[in-house]
Amino acid sequence: MIYFDNAATTRVFPEVVKVMQDAMESSYGNPSAKHMKGMEAENLVKKAQEVIAKTLKAKPKEILFTSGGTESNNTALIGTALANQRKGKHIITTKIEHASVYEPIAWLCEQGFEITYLDVTAEGIIDLEQLKNAIREDTILVSCMMINNEIGAIEPIEEAGKIIKEKNPETIFHVDAIQAYGKMPIIPKNLKIDLLSMSGHKIHGPKGIGFLYIKEGTKIQPIIFGGGQQKGMRSGTENVPGIVGLACACEKMIKNDYENAQRIREVKEYFQERIKEIEDIKDNSGQAPHIASISFKKIRSEVLLHALEDRGIYVSSGSACSSNKKQVVSGTLNAIALADEYKDGTLRFSFSIENTKEEVDETIEVLKELVPMLRKFVRR
Amino acid sequence: MKVTAFLIKYGEIAIKGKNRYMFEDALMRQIRFAMKPVGEFEVRKESGRMFVEGRGDFDYDEAVEALQKVFGIVGICPMIIEETKDIDHLRKTVLNFIDEQYPVKDFTFKVHARRGDKQFPMNSMELNMDIGEKILEAFDGVRVDVHHPDVMVNIEVRKYIYIYSQEIKGPGGMPVGTNGKAMLLLSGGIDSPVAGYMIAKRGVRIDATYFHAPPYTSERAKQKVVDLAKIVAKYAGPINLHVVNFTDIQLAIYEKCPHDELTIIMRRYMMKIAEHFANEGESLALITGESIGQVASQTIHNLAITNEVCHMPVFRPCIGMDKQEIVDIAEKIGTFETSIQPFEDCCTIFVAKHPVTKGNLNRIRKSEQKLDDVIDDLMKKAIDSTEIISVK
Repeated sequence: MIYFDNAATTRVFPEVVKVMQDAMESSYGNPSAKHMKGMEAENLVKKAQEVIAKTLKAKPKEILFTSGGTESNNTALIGTALANQRKGKHIITTKIEHASVYEPIAWLCEQGFEITYLDVTAEGIIDLEQLKNAIREDTILVSCMMINNEIGAIEPIEEAGKIIKEKNPETIFHVDAIQAYGKMPIIPKNLKIDLLSMSGHKIHGPKGIGFLYIKEGTKIQPIIFGGGQQKGMRSGTENVPGIVGLACACEKMIKNDYENAQRIREVKEYFQERIKEIEDIKDNSGQAPHIASISFKKIRSEVLLHALEDRGIYVSSGSACSSNKKQVVSGTLNAIALADEYKDGTLRFSFSIENTKEEVDETIEVLKELVPMLRKFVRR
Repeated sequence: MKVTAFLIKYGEIAIKGKNRYMFEDALMRQIRFAMKPVGEFEVRKESGRMFVEGRGDFDYDEAVEALQKVFGIVGICPMIIEETKDIDHLRKTVLNFIDEQYPVKDFTFKVHARRGDKQFPMNSMELNMDIGEKILEAFDGVRVDVHHPDVMVNIEVRKYIYIYSQEIKGPGGMPVGTNGKAMLLLSGGIDSPVAGYMIAKRGVRIDATYFHAPPYTSERAKQKVVDLAKIVAKYAGPINLHVVNFTDIQLAIYEKCPHDELTIIMRRYMMKIAEHFANEGESLALITGESIGQVASQTIHNLAITNEVCHMPVFRPCIGMDKQEIVDIAEKIGTFETSIQPFEDCCTIFVAKHPVTKGNLNRIRKSEQKLDDVIDDLMKKAIDSTEIISVK
């Protein structure tokens, strides 16, 4: 079995499983409970917050635990829009955001917010000039992803941050770093980021846990109410095993100055080199260390995906999160203006630290066999 | 006052003459099977009536829902069984029963008592009057109407006293297992599960055949068909689902035969394979979800050409129905939501833009000759590699 779908989700590290099991079996107290058992759990949460904050050179209290990427993005967008609507109702985002950003923004649009969508180049990179011109006095929020989940384009976040804060220091800058965290150094205060979303299961952590970095002093409104946990910002008993597992995964991914990310990049670049041996393809991949997007001319991506699956190779068509909707043409592939004959045949190969060049070799050999065969039987 | 039993009304099978006991036994067997997941029940016959009696706690809605899936049942009457044969006690029981079953007390009613046990001190007429009077006294908005009552309060004094009023509609039809077995060609669409349901309703046990075409169709498409078979099995009983890998046959047709005839030729081979498994499993007929004119392959000309390869009867219960009528049944039996999940099935992958609508049998046969040197092997391979899933 070859698993090349690590941008969808990753295998949980054994160490992560271990610390989570301990948390479930031993430290099962409610962190809000007044007794020792509660305090023990509370300390685990605090410790995790410290560990994660350190990876971003941030303060522990700037880390808000959530149920994952989607909740982090929803909280960031809706929470800031509601808290700042008196200052203005203008929001800027891009045409290539993940559904967990564009759907809440579409909802805000229905609620009367005005949205500007930034175009991207054929490489999927935003136009900084357009960004600069779009920022107004009433712009309360800019949301831009750091690494695109479909093609792996890396957005110029540092430049964007500078432009935003020069033009309007009041504008809040949200970055969806769900694909980026652990793959490249991120120091929010240097990048002028106010809010940053992250998800645990993309970095060999558990599903159902993630965080939102909220820069101290950022005006944001909670969107989940209840018992007032996490200083009232997100009620609900903390997912202690998830939090402990998340911190463990974060620590492992960031360790040794992103040595892991470097090793992933080597596999990806080797794949990009070898995929050239297949005829009539187009490589849409951006600079991200782990995502390769390849369009195969005259093949339906789903058919190739299942043919690969049959040979024990798992990849995804477009982005796994949206591909179960009927005939959604991917937003990103549209935005980068991919030719029609390629658009239908786009597969995403995404790599992790657990993948090897040998697996790439095997995949290329299988593709060499499958692609000509499938091209023979195309819809007439 | 909790409902502890159901009186089962069955229509058609009551007129089956000397075979009657056979049908009744089949119905009791199907009821027992359906009630197993709900709780412990005793199913019994008593002087021409069928009772389903709870032996312990059960969820009322769940029990009714399960009974509504048993073919052969025409009506389900939630019932109270009173063991104490005391008139005072009976009055109280009836009042409680009405109070619970009809929260809004604005209706006309009639009491219909039958005294089977002649030891009971009041006869039917006296009981009617006595209980009727007590109901009138107890509830303000109720009135008597002996001709067209909204609520008929039935009181039957037999070994015990049975009290029931409303009748919930059952599915009708005949108990599954009383009419042999047939093979359903099941796709992931809306029509074929409905066709299977309709034939099962006539007492027929069902097996099924599904054609998949990996990698052109996905594991999820197959899972969807298994899910559909599961829903049909709730009515029809256990189904042996045959999953046939059709890819190579389909590709051979695609390569060698005229493209606009692809679907018709494909369907002829599907029928042949389904018939093979029908014979193997002692099915006596095939079932399809075809409906005249719905798609190009279902014009009357093309249906005739497809039918030509079959040696056993092909039942097409949806044949004269409009799409919406089929959808209505699919929604009623609960297959619709599963059917509309968007996975490609093997009929749509290589479909021509303009398929033949008036096929010509001679021409189709000539086209099929082009497959002569490969088709026997391919058919054998497809049949040998078929996976059989037992769906319950």
